[in-house]
Amino acid sequence: MATQVFKIADTFRKDAKYTFCPGCDHGVAIRLVAEVLDELGLRDNAIVAAAIGCSVTIYDFLNIDALESPHGRAMAEATGIKRARPDKFVFTYQGDGDFASIGLAESMHAALRGEKLSAICINNTTYGMTGGQLGPTTLVGQVTTTSPTGRNLEYYGYPIKIAEHIALCDGTAFSARVSLDTVANIRKAKQAIKKAFEVQMKGLGFGFVEILSSCPTNWRMTPEQAHDRVRNEMMEVFKPGIYKDITEN
Amino acid sequence: MVAECVENKKVLIKGNFAIAQAAINAGCECYFGYPITPQSEIGEFMSGKMQELGRAYVSAESELAAINMVLGACSTGVKAMSSSSSCAVALMQEALSYATADELPVVLVSVMRGGPGLGNIYPSQGDYFQSTKGGGNGDYKLIVLAPSTVQECADLTYKAFYLAQKYKNPTVLLADGLLGQMMEPVEFKPYPYPEIDNSSWALTGAKGRDGRIIRSYAPLADNQCEFLEKLYEKYRKIEENETEWEEIGTEDADIVLVSFGSTSRNVKTAAKLCRQKGLKVGVFRPITLFPFPNKRLNELADRVKKFITVEVNMGQMVNDVKLAVNGKAPVELIHKGVGAPPSPEDIMSQIEELI
Repeated sequence: MATQVFKIADTFRKDAKYTFCPGCDHGVAIRLVAEVLDELGLRDNAIVAAAIGCSVTIYDFLNIDALESPHGRAMAEATGIKRARPDKFVFTYQGDGDFASIGLAESMHAALRGEKLSAICINNTTYGMTGGQLGPTTLVGQVTTTSPTGRNLEYYGYPIKIAEHIALCDGTAFSARVSLDTVANIRKAKQAIKKAFEVQMKGLGFGFVEILSSCPTNWRMTPEQAHDRVRNEMMEVFKPGIYKDITEN
Repeated sequence: MVAECVENKKVLIKGNFAIAQAAINAGCECYFGYPITPQSEIGEFMSGKMQELGRAYVSAESELAAINMVLGACSTGVKAMSSSSSCAVALMQEALSYATADELPVVLVSVMRGGPGLGNIYPSQGDYFQSTKGGGNGDYKLIVLAPSTVQECADLTYKAFYLAQKYKNPTVLLADGLLGQMMEPVEFKPYPYPEIDNSSWALTGAKGRDGRIIRSYAPLADNQCEFLEKLYEKYRKIEENETEWEEIGTEDADIVLVSFGSTSRNVKTAAKLCRQKGLKVGVFRPITLFPFPNKRLNELADRVKKFITVEVNMGQMVNDVKLAVNGKAPVELIHKGVGAPPSPEDIMSQIEELI
């Protein structure tokens, strides 16, 4: 007798075409979001505020209502949606540039207000869609198209540890950092996304997950090398873990 | 300071409060704002009243956030607004461009103050260009309504919500510091317009249907050409149906004074003074700045000898009057950079110099 080992989430658009680069972790991250929406029964009630960058194409993959936002403003759009329709499940799917550089004010203040929202932030240490420039999370020493000799602190300053900052906001109910470099870590990532969604459903506050992701194209690496980099370089600085969970007390 | 809608009953009220009260009467469900003089009373009024009514008020972290929250709320089909002034409305231009592309019924109250830069808090009409020409990117139009009295502040706020919904296009109520701070008697009638059904496009959760996407990202050039043609077809329809203006004494006028907003009040008095001196002077007041009453101005130009625009800026609307008149008659400008409008006597003496 055949056993089903994999099912494409119902929330996935049936006509979706894979548009990310080979080895990019967006595909896995979006699959996890779709599965969690399925499992929590949220598909019919969900609205996503899409961002700018590679993450904008979330609406090509998820068969849910979606509003595109200007660069950095997804948390503001999400706030507007949630305040207008408090009964809806509202989340954002943003890159680190969108969430923590141009949109840092919107992100921090949504967390400080304790908006009943969930946010997924893909951290790949670069601006992906525009060709791999230095971003707010670019690691010290990392070579990008706008840090040709590497990020040196004197010249460029420090990268931001997003999950830790969001955890400091009093309105945050859940903040975690996860990675997608191994099957075990993908499972942990899914649990974190679920938790970030559940705190909104329970009306507890702001739920946040930072996902460490590969960007083989802009890192000039093979997918395998890229995941090695996530493990050996990114996770050394951006430590995975749960930084705040008010349901644990 | 809450004024009920009572027929034939007038209340003495500031322009900013009249706008806020009218927004509430119009069914505005969400207000998002950030303080700036000379319109802060709108947010102050809303903060208490919206909470009391169980509606949404958010003190946003910036004008960028405030206007984007309006986009978010509007995407779900509810009536939502923000209000601001000049240098802060400048911060909202990107979102207004998005809202035209997303076809969202955003309402923005813009209470003009002096510029450029931080400028000052005196009244001004220096944001005529900002509202009608757009500070955002791409080809788009905002519907722009220009009140000249506190009563009109209320009436045109109703209309702003209606037109925004009817055409799914961001709509600006363009007032100024004088109107915002001035008290005048106002009668609040109930919201006079029909409610627009938005169930075919609003984001409500995709139960029983495919997910809807409200987006402006158009990776293919051909699709974008098609979209822009459609958008401009809508603007032509707005021009056809919604152009509004007021005319006084234009039937026999040799000279027509063109003026909008608070400035037009002194202009009307100036025209009367001119008439007393035997000068045939009329007044033309655009109420909608987009759509601009081009057609009517062009008709008038067949027999009017001279147009003179009067503005509190360095000369902005005068350009549109010239385009409308299209060389049929000379178009002159009387202006003052910033502050209260020139007095009727001052306007009259400048008219005498120009003829």
